[in-house]
Amino acid sequence: MVWDWIPRNLGMIGGLLGEHVVLALLPVLIGLVLAVPIGWAAAGNRALRGVLVPAASVLYTIPSLALFIVLPAIIGTRILDPLNVVVALTIYTVALLVRSVADALGAVPSMVVAAATAMGYRPGRRFVSVELPLAVPVLVAGLRVAAVSNISLVSVGALIGVGGLGQLFTDGYQRNFPLEILTGIVMVLLLALVVDGLLVLIGRVSTPWTRVGANA
Amino acid sequence: MIEFRGVTKRFPDGTVAVDGLDLTVDAGKVTVFVGPSGCGKTTSLRMINRMIAPTEGTVTVDGRDVMSGDAAELRRGIGYVIQQAGLFPHKTIRDNIATVPLLLGWSRRKARARADELMEVVGLAPEMASRYPAQLSGGQQQRVGVARALAADPPVLLMDEPFSAVDPVVRESLQEELLRLQGELGKTIVFVTHDIDEAVKLGDKVAVFRTGGVLAQYDEPGVLLDRPADGFVDGFVGRDRGYRKLGFLSDELPLVELPTVGVGDPAPEGWSLVVDPDGRPLGWVQGGGSVEEAAVVPGGSLYEVGSGSLRSALDAALSSPSGRGVAVDGDGRVAGALSADDVLRALAASRADEAA
Repeated sequence: MVWDWIPRNLGMIGGLLGEHVVLALLPVLIGLVLAVPIGWAAAGNRALRGVLVPAASVLYTIPSLALFIVLPAIIGTRILDPLNVVVALTIYTVALLVRSVADALGAVPSMVVAAATAMGYRPGRRFVSVELPLAVPVLVAGLRVAAVSNISLVSVGALIGVGGLGQLFTDGYQRNFPLEILTGIVMVLLLALVVDGLLVLIGRVSTPWTRVGANA
Repeated sequence: MIEFRGVTKRFPDGTVAVDGLDLTVDAGKVTVFVGPSGCGKTTSLRMINRMIAPTEGTVTVDGRDVMSGDAAELRRGIGYVIQQAGLFPHKTIRDNIATVPLLLGWSRRKARARADELMEVVGLAPEMASRYPAQLSGGQQQRVGVARALAADPPVLLMDEPFSAVDPVVRESLQEELLRLQGELGKTIVFVTHDIDEAVKLGDKVAVFRTGGVLAQYDEPGVLLDRPADGFVDGFVGRDRGYRKLGFLSDELPLVELPTVGVGDPAPEGWSLVVDPDGRPLGWVQGGGSVEEAAVVPGGSLYEVGSGSLRSALDAALSSPSGRGVAVDGDGRVAGALSADDVLRALAASRADEAA
């Protein structure tokens, strides 16, 4: 192996890493913003939940490569537009998170919600200050799955020319250069670990009440 | 004052939870709704703060129909203590208590100061302010629940089986505490329970509901125990109602003098009451000889002259090893003795007074 390929191409690898992070995590943010109201609607209405949660699951079963290729025809983007990857991964994120949000909100004790209503919370403020904070632990679990899944799926985008670190796979394969492929794999793995760790940390910091001992 | 006028609640599935309820809750008093499950007591309570809307009839608080105006505004003006406290697990005790003041737009500082003040009122140590509900015992959580309901000083307090999830000893102390608080605050309290003992202990008036949401009887506890309106109420107030009723009869009991001994003194034959140097009872000894501390048998319950009832007097007599109940004064010093026969004679006299 020609190890000095790595130091000579640090700039390129860094650029791909940055692209990978944006392509993977921007959809997580947009997906979260979309999934919260959809999940709220699903949690509050049994019939709606019966439609929304299975529909979201079906979305997730669409193969990513197929979605990358079909999307331009549907949303009118160019075939090599990074937007295709962002939109596709946002769909996957929403698909994963709708169930998480619905489950998380459904798990908030009804006694606590009733108490909040009886104290005089209106539904909107009750959602923001009582139900959503209590949903954070389950929500973070869903976000971790979505983020790691997106980081892995971005690589598939390399097949349509927009794939962040995935381009190291396609390029290394075409040039029959294993070190480049290996670098891609290690970088994707590290990125997934770091992002997952950050999400765990955010979850811990934002839910101090979950770590206190019971009945001191 | 809270008024129910022809209130019926029918749920979409056809169940009638409350059926034609007419009832007036007196201002500044404790009114208890009691009955078996499915009798509509909780539904009735929840119509007062519009958590449930009546199908027919009106509920008014101080003359105002609760269905007029804004529901959230109405609820901020009515304290609510829910079953199992219903505290916000993600908020500290201080922030839990400050909930309604913050909703009313108080500054954070003023709301927190109010929360600290209320922690003292309900007997919670200040260092608990920054803890989370999961770190408190069930009884402490209930105190927080009461403090949270009182935070904005609402004239009306609704309590929905607040003490049902705590053990009997803690429940009793919470009940005592509530009566003490009510003595100071004079709120209009509506209290829901399925426990008739709790109802007669706490209520100035008790409303007994029967299954199907019908009000069976609405009376003062003494009247309820003495003259149940029908077989259902009779069955519900239970077999011990004669004994419970003693708790509502006043006490003009003749006390006999009770000779006492101190530790180390020579004791006469038979049972003698041992007292400490201040005259407070320690227990009983039997037989002669010098009184040794180890030989002292714990005494029964004590009957406090003036504040007690015939029930506590009878219990003092029945639970005493010697058969003589110990009466104490307000400072806990021995005032005299009474027997079960004395109590029964007083009961007969009280009946004769009532009949006259």
